[in-house]
Amino acid sequence: MSLILDHVNHIYGEGSGQAVAALKDINLVIGDGQFIGLIGHTGSGKSTLVQHLNGLLMPTSGAIYFDGQDIADKDYNRKDLRSKVGLVFQYPEHQLFEVTVFEDVCYGPRNLNLSPKEAELRAYKALRQVGISDEQFYQSPFELSGGQKRRVAIAGVLAMEPKILILDEPTAGLDPKGRDEILGQIRKLKEESGMTILLVSHSMEDVAEYVERIVVMNQGSIIYDGIPREVFKHSEELEKIGLAAPQMTYMMTRLKKEGFGVNSDVITVEEAKAEILRVFAENKRAGAMDLC
Amino acid sequence: MNIIKAIDLAFEYIRRDEEGNVEGILRAVDGVNLDIEAGDFVAILGHNGSGKSTLAKHLNALLHPTEGTVWVDGKDTGEASNVWNIRQTAGMVFQNPDNQIIGQVVEEDVGFGPENLGVPTKEIWARVEESLKAVGMYKYRKRSPNKLSGGQKQRVSIAGVIAMHPRCIILDEPTAMLDPDGRKEVIRAVRALNQVEGITVILITHYMEEVIHADKVYVMDNGKVVMQGNPRTIFSQVEELRRLRLDVPQVTELAYELQKSGLPLPSGILTMDELVEELKRIKKAER
Repeated sequence: MSLILDHVNHIYGEGSGQAVAALKDINLVIGDGQFIGLIGHTGSGKSTLVQHLNGLLMPTSGAIYFDGQDIADKDYNRKDLRSKVGLVFQYPEHQLFEVTVFEDVCYGPRNLNLSPKEAELRAYKALRQVGISDEQFYQSPFELSGGQKRRVAIAGVLAMEPKILILDEPTAGLDPKGRDEILGQIRKLKEESGMTILLVSHSMEDVAEYVERIVVMNQGSIIYDGIPREVFKHSEELEKIGLAAPQMTYMMTRLKKEGFGVNSDVITVEEAKAEILRVFAENKRAGAMDLC
Repeated sequence: MNIIKAIDLAFEYIRRDEEGNVEGILRAVDGVNLDIEAGDFVAILGHNGSGKSTLAKHLNALLHPTEGTVWVDGKDTGEASNVWNIRQTAGMVFQNPDNQIIGQVVEEDVGFGPENLGVPTKEIWARVEESLKAVGMYKYRKRSPNKLSGGQKQRVSIAGVIAMHPRCIILDEPTAMLDPDGRKEVIRAVRALNQVEGITVILITHYMEEVIHADKVYVMDNGKVVMQGNPRTIFSQVEELRRLRLDVPQVTELAYELQKSGLPLPSGILTMDELVEELKRIKKAER
């Protein structure tokens, strides 16, 4: 399973006087079982890109291949593609509508021509995957807390059993614990099911903590695509396009400037801690040697 | 002098079935006491559902207490005749800028509030100009709000509130829907209002970094104020905050972790500068 974007361009209002190039020559390979972070300033083309991945928008030029098939082919089943590439929009809880949590999650799989039993099984599994307990299945989704509502909405997409799950800022508006819970659940999901995850995020700290690969967009182009440690080395360039490196990277850069002898390509609190302790232990040892 | 005072404030949401029988009562705010000095920058933290927004809505009389009393600039919010004065004194900015902007042009939107207060036209224009300048949006005054970024829209919303000349602004998660740049713009604008114009600010947020410059922090849980103090006191209590589903800024967390591993650091470090200085001090002492 893979999704390949080959020289994809998207121009809104092509041919009119107000044509805007939202995607410019995008080449991207999304392989199996990856956890990818997509970052970029508001208006950088992230949403337009995401909507191409399940065929909600089609390229104005270039091609997209899912599992080796061109999704623009006349006989390609695009409805099938939408069930394989699940998209969780921002504030997905606004899309909850059913009377009970369970019914809401069943809605998607029931529309896949599955037997009622199969649809319910999938809903059950999806709700368990996001950590909703059995007692909450028959509650109204509107009585749940913000974080729970959001998890139910994510379960609605998971019940379609997608191969690729795309989440557009799944933690917006949640409290810090709620953020950790959602991201932890997503990581677990990825580890247990081998699903490919694409996380659109504004938080460099979250991206540093969770993903294996970062794709950075600016003005409709991909400007970086690599592992977080490498991408965040370009902190100055990232700032120029309205982004930043994680706070810990700045912290370690400062310490390095102050002559601490630390390695500055650090992106998480845990790494920063280890690095600072290492340097202090070495100093101590050197100090002890001086005394001898 | 305090601009906002609340004594034993409680608020209950009452849920009724179709026949109007009481189905359930949720005590969203439960015995809160507040004392906010004019000119202060106050932050309110708390997890989703802890009662922050319900509390905030009492501060400009959008909700009235079930029990207890709230005074805004000495006026009781429970008295209907005070409502207009109170809303003029305490303005409110909400999370989603798209729900708050009504004008087709930025300057019209900002002028809407004072126009409704019956301010003379000439003064409306003066207020629009000063408000947009205060949030750094003056050069966008002829634009359509639709064409602005989230952070810019939110600053226009804030200008709309300042144009009513409030003494106090309540912001309910104003940065939740913004990207990092937008968040910085909004927080910078809010701090400037507080420091330059002396407007009292009450900021509700889930971003711990936005709180470190506050004069006072209230932490809510289950409708109650469970912690209060300056940011350093609050953020020294890392485990307690985590238990309340909150967190500390990453720099504070790093300092806390290093302290646990044996480095002699003080508690409640809030900024990178502080941590760098402390580490330098330790390094020197070890020499």
